Amino acid sequence: MLIAVSAFGKNQDSEVNPRLGRCEYFVLYDTDTDKYSSIDNTGRFSQGAAGIATASLLSNQKVQVVITGNIGPNAYTALEAAGIEVFTGAKGTAQDVIKDYQKDLLSKANAPNVGPHGR
Amino acid sequence: MKISVASGKGGTGKTLVATSLALSLIKNNPSVQLLDCDVEEPNVHLFLDQEPINETTVSLPIPKINEDLCQHCGKCTEICRFNAITLLKDTILIFPDVCHSCSACWHFCPTGALEPSPREVGTVQISQSGKLKLITGRLNLGVHASPPVIKAVRGAIDTDTVTIIDGPPGSSCPVMAAVEETDYCILVTEPTPFGLNDLSLAVEMLKVLNVPCGVIINRDVPGNHLIDDYCQEKGLPILLRIPLDTEIARAYAKGIPLVKSSPVWTEKFIDLYQQVTQEVTK
Ligand code: SF4
Ligand code: SF4
Repeated sequence: MLIAVSAFGKNQDSEVNPRLGRCEYFVLYDTDTDKYSSIDNTGRFSQGAAGIATASLLSNQKVQVVITGNIGPNAYTALEAAGIEVFTGAKGTAQDVIKDYQKDLLSKANAPNVGPHGR
Repeated sequence: MKISVASGKGGTGKTLVATSLALSLIKNNPSVQLLDCDVEEPNVHLFLDQEPINETTVSLPIPKINEDLCQHCGKCTEICRFNAITLLKDTILIFPDVCHSCSACWHFCPTGALEPSPREVGTVQISQSGKLKLITGRLNLGVHASPPVIKAVRGAIDTDTVTIIDGPPGSSCPVMAAVEETDYCILVTEPTPFGLNDLSLAVEMLKVLNVPCGVIINRDVPGNHLIDDYCQEKGLPILLRIPLDTEIARAYAKGIPLVKSSPVWTEKFIDLYQQVTQEVTK
């Protein structure tokens, strides 16, 4: 299973970026191989609702779980439709929050926790 | 004659000016139209007794998907500049709030799976208050598309009648939709640094739109020359000064238009209109 963390950098020591749609990178962790990798969040350059483009990028990467700080209504709807689970309120490095996730310490988002455009 | 009333920010007395001007003009005109184009928060109706005449809805086209025809090619997702339509797994997801109704997606869908369907974004209500016709635009909750609703309000007017437009605050797209192609714009401001800053933004916007303008100073205090100095520098006329006065504020807070609470203002607003007419024909 592939987990994505919205982050400021490209590796497991990078800090979580709380903004899902506008984060620079996603640090990916594959639970089957115990390997880290990363992707550029090309969605952040989009003119319109960045969260939607980001959600479709994650869906195309076959990500199943996303860990981030905040999620808005459009991105939430899109991730839900893609069957991707979202965990919010994460702080620390990518590696830390993945551990937190595995210990079941993160809260699962059942609704967006910020308004459109991160308001 | 179409006169718009605008201000760089909210709460400067735009509605006070628009209602008082319209109510003063019905004294000498067979009829006057007052348009409330502050569609996110229309409030002119709170100041007038009125009889409703009719209400129409304003709709914009957004795509509707016919799943049976969709081949999941992703063309629509690629073409939409706003990410309002996206392909996730094998589902097309449409975000009405993000859609700008540009029509690209249904135009370019190769299989005809998308077609436009109307989405209600607001309403236009027409009511009558004596000789005054009030046309109110109202944006539906959660919708962000003000300009189409403002255009619908403006489309509902009788072009031969004197028209006063109460615009939305600010100096972005909704304001432009309310003031463009009016004969004159009255800018209402306060004699504070914030007021001046927002006034200058509004003046720049009107320059681009090529709409002549003049200024009303509301809550004016004698001895304060902030706005006067700016207007002199820019060659803008100061059309009227409304003093900082607790009586005026109190009546207004109760929903009584200025010209009703103190009828002496009627003449001043009629003079104001004459000044504007001269400015327009000069
Ligand atoms: S109409 Fe335009 S903005 Fe709306 S979904 Fe289609 S392409 Fe996107
Ligand atoms: S362009 Fe038409 S066929 Fe292609 S994914 Fe979009 S709706 Fe489906």
